Amino acid sequence: MTLKRFSQQEVVFAIFVVLFAAFALFLPGFATTQNMLTLLQNVAVLGILGLAMALVVIGRGIDISLIAALAVPPGLVLQMVQDGYSLPLSIAVALALALAFGLVNGWLIAYAEVPSLFATLATGLLLAGLGQASLFKLDVVQWSDGMKGFEHLGQGSVLGIPTPIIAFAAVCIVVALLLRNTRIGAYVYAIGDNPYGARVTGIPSRPIIVLQYVLAALIGCFAGFVLAASVNSMPTRIFNSTLIYDVILVVVLGGIGLSGGRGGVLNVIIGTLLIGTMLNGMTIMDISYSGQNLIKGMVLLAAVIADSFLNPRNEETAQQGDI
Amino acid sequence: MFNTKSRIAAFFVGAGLAACAAVPAFAQQGLDEPFQASFKKALEGKTIGYVPVAMNFDLTEGWFAGVKKELEPYGVKVVVRDPNWSTSAGAQALTTLISEKPAAIIVHNPDVQTYAKLMQRAEKEGIYIIQVNMGSVYRSAAFVGANWIEIGERNANAVIKACQGKSNKVAIVQGALSAATSAYTLKGVENVFAKHPEIKVVSSQAADWDAAKAKAITQTVLKQNPDLCGIVGFWDGMDIGTAAAVKEAGLTGKVFVATSGGGERKGACELVKSGAFDLDVSYDVPTQAADMAGMIKWLLSSGIKPSEAKGSIYTTLTDITKDNADSQTACWNLSDLKK
Repeated sequence: MTLKRFSQQEVVFAIFVVLFAAFALFLPGFATTQNMLTLLQNVAVLGILGLAMALVVIGRGIDISLIAALAVPPGLVLQMVQDGYSLPLSIAVALALALAFGLVNGWLIAYAEVPSLFATLATGLLLAGLGQASLFKLDVVQWSDGMKGFEHLGQGSVLGIPTPIIAFAAVCIVVALLLRNTRIGAYVYAIGDNPYGARVTGIPSRPIIVLQYVLAALIGCFAGFVLAASVNSMPTRIFNSTLIYDVILVVVLGGIGLSGGRGGVLNVIIGTLLIGTMLNGMTIMDISYSGQNLIKGMVLLAAVIADSFLNPRNEETAQQGDI
Repeated sequence: MFNTKSRIAAFFVGAGLAACAAVPAFAQQGLDEPFQASFKKALEGKTIGYVPVAMNFDLTEGWFAGVKKELEPYGVKVVVRDPNWSTSAGAQALTTLISEKPAAIIVHNPDVQTYAKLMQRAEKEGIYIIQVNMGSVYRSAAFVGANWIEIGERNANAVIKACQGKSNKVAIVQGALSAATSAYTLKGVENVFAKHPEIKVVSSQAADWDAAKAKAITQTVLKQNPDLCGIVGFWDGMDIGTAAAVKEAGLTGKVFVATSGGGERKGACELVKSGAFDLDVSYDVPTQAADMAGMIKWLLSSGIKPSEAKGSIYTTLTDITKDNADSQTACWNLSDLKK
């Protein structure tokens, strides 16, 4: 019976520890400082996106349009600079676009009361389509000389720590402070736990929901900046990839239930670390792509099964519905 | 004797004078070239369908612009159906196009199998099929494109050369596993490495044509093998990430990065100049477009039946290195091609 006290977060953390220990023991070259930094750097963008998603999921929503916010505004920066505009102006326009995008998402969900899954599915397609049709000349927006200096956000390091990791840490701190130490954070949890109850008690739930999606879009845009700076281009086709599933995976695997009201930044970090460790270890072992997918699937299944054994559904959890 | 000679001379002089008089007469009347009218008639008002895997990237935009530039002056309409990376949307687009009965369809296959039956049907109905860069199992009137095996071999040979006297450790960054272009290139690389047992492939992974994934893989590999001497990448659009990882590790110039692509200036020459790539094997897109347009001109004017002709135009590959990256001809600009 004591086993029951383990939450999914702890189960995933345990799997992470076991995997990490196994790799460290049996895989030469894994447990080095340099490799740890690489591991973190490689999942930093995924982690930042996970934080944006967590913010929304805790408030009982979901943001499928996150990858559009990652691809389009930063892509616009590269395109504008390529066309001869100054870097600060381009960044300002991109942030304004991300802000407007978040407002549209939030308005649709909070005021027009469209379910978040459908609203963000549609707006994501809209933004990606807009980018492809009228903003970008090519799918991959290339770096140009005017971007000089911007690459430090994704390359290079401060005190030996690669900047994407610092970016991830910074967003972690901001989101953690927001969720734990501000009234807004408390409201987000309240809305996620019981939206109707929250409204009855006088919480301004609609503006808070709008704020969640605006923040998610801005964080997504920031992740895009890091990604673009890191690979010296913006492959806007990333919108068509399965990245959004990885983001949801990080959040859910870390133990933030899609039913809302639970979890926090720590869960995202744990989810991100597990994915990062698996990817890094399998790359070192040079496992084939199909083999990697197989192993990834098995570890995820193990996590889900372990969770449903340790935390069987009851009246309360069953009511909260999954997607 | 004398008499005969002078007669002959007189004849020639007379004939010469007559010819002189006749030439201006010819010039005034002009001479009709007997074949151009039928050529123009064969092309005038025809429609060419174009089904790429997706628009909006250098290769497919370049082909479209190049083919249009060559054929539109003859009154040929080029219509594009963009399936945006969806194979089923592409099959649907092809089916609709066939019912619209264009004179020819340019097909960029997503794989070797999916469109094969459809292309066969189109040729049965009298539509020429030109396949570009990625051939399917069905041989149609023409295939225009790169020889992926050769690309793999060239890249592998360049890496081996760069590795001489070094660690002989190399990495391979493949494209997507489902793409035959990636598998063909890998075959070429394997062909070469099989002859060089001293080469040790420390990593051979698929990065899904994704620059971020390519960077992540390369970073990990470089941390494990800092003495790596070369990397064979499968597409320059993805290997921006590979090169970024090499640069971040401070190994630019020490790790030879070989890749391939369509030779667009920003994606190829600029990156070779900056030192990101040491070799970019280019299947020059404007040449491929011109080859396709040439094929279409020939097929339409020949009146040959679609199923009767089957041939290939493999693109002559160009190595883009530091030596020629500066030249005007090594790369092309999409904006110039669209003018």
